Amino acid sequence: MNYNWHWQVLLETEPGGTGSYLLYLIVGLGWTLATALAAWVIALALGALIGTLRTTPLKWVVRAGNLYVEIFRNIPLIVQMFLWFFVLPELMPKGIGDWMKQMPPPWGSYVPAVLCLGIFTSVRVAEQVRAGINSLPRGQRMAGIATGLTETQAYRYVILPQAFRIILPPLTSEFMNIIKNSSVALTIGLLELTGRARSMQEFSFKVFEAFTAATVIYLLTNLIVVLAMRALEKKVRVPGLIAAGNAPQAGH
Amino acid sequence: MGFDFDVIQRSWVYLFREGMTFTLTLTALAMAGGIVFGTLLAMMRLSSMKPVSILAGAYVNLMRSIPLVLVIFWFFFLVPYIGAWILREPNPIKVGAFWSAAITFTLFEAAYYCEIMRAGIQSIPRGQVWSGYALGLDYWQTMARIVLPQAFRNMLPVLLTQTIILFQDTSLVYVISATDFLGAAAKVANRDYRLVEMYSFVAVVYFVVSYGLSALVRRLQERIAIIR
Repeated sequence: MNYNWHWQVLLETEPGGTGSYLLYLIVGLGWTLATALAAWVIALALGALIGTLRTTPLKWVVRAGNLYVEIFRNIPLIVQMFLWFFVLPELMPKGIGDWMKQMPPPWGSYVPAVLCLGIFTSVRVAEQVRAGINSLPRGQRMAGIATGLTETQAYRYVILPQAFRIILPPLTSEFMNIIKNSSVALTIGLLELTGRARSMQEFSFKVFEAFTAATVIYLLTNLIVVLAMRALEKKVRVPGLIAAGNAPQAGH
Repeated sequence: MGFDFDVIQRSWVYLFREGMTFTLTLTALAMAGGIVFGTLLAMMRLSSMKPVSILAGAYVNLMRSIPLVLVIFWFFFLVPYIGAWILREPNPIKVGAFWSAAITFTLFEAAYYCEIMRAGIQSIPRGQVWSGYALGLDYWQTMARIVLPQAFRNMLPVLLTQTIILFQDTSLVYVISATDFLGAAAKVANRDYRLVEMYSFVAVVYFVVSYGLSALVRRLQERIAIIR
């Protein structure tokens, strides 16, 4: 292949003058993680709530939960990003809309990106939580009720503690997905890792150095997440259960 | 502030003829190519030859560890060089956004289809393979006539669900300025300054198509779930 590699470019100063390109990319990783982690908090909270509500016998609550899941599952992530970034401020009352549009960078793209990713991922978390609860034997809930717990207490002390530990492996892959999906935020102007690799390529014309560096950083991040989660899984494993296998699942 | 939904009436022919055609063609090509290549990868991953299975495993894990947007950028710049290398041209050749995207999505989705097919193949009882060999079939015949048809059938709902996700993910070709459904809408939106109307319309169309397809998959699943 006719390509002149020039790895030293990573140590050259980027045009903004904040430091080397390598540092520029690592700050990008910081934004990637900051976006992913903040969105993960939203995803877990909403996903746990909605997933649990969908297992209750309350008909209308289940229907509302289904509606929520279907809406956010069937619209592509990038389109949802555009809805949060371009459309939502226009639909708000003028004062709030202007405030949203005038947020200084990078917060103007960071906040919508976090909300969008958080809600997008909450749907997937909700599905996992529901599957985890439904995988428990019915006797668990009945035994809880029989010992005098209320429905809420049965969820709190019997069902959810088991369900969450069972679904830890699929939640790990959702967490890796949220890190990867945060790259879509570059389309609304957030300079996270992929966005910075792209602008490094535009400034320095060193396409493959920039993308290779970003790829390696993503791989290392993934490795760390996998190792950390494996340790956590070992620690909270439900004694007596065969380690929960991952059922084949579609994903991206 | 006024909304002008006439912009949709003015542009929907363009959106569907240019944009949706691009999106659907890309989805169909990437699905066909991805399932074929993904099945080969799955067979490689399950191979008893260590180097083969390690190679396939490394490919799948690499693709699954990096964001699709980054993969799209990679191939957008890489394909012209690979093309020049294959055709022995001195300079990178020109590859349009469509073929660049088609290659990207085929190779990327293959990693995901591979994992589905691997689970499908592993769900077939070993006796099926042995009886194939006992009948005198070789590896390829056993795979093509006995294992893969069953694996494929068992995994059909998951393969189709993955294809719906692929259909949604093709909208990411926006980052290389391709004119897919979203790209076409974005062009009209920016030209007429009608972002709210256009992006809402795009969201509704994607929702209707994806929801309709997943409802079909659910019905299919109910029909083929009772085989065993």
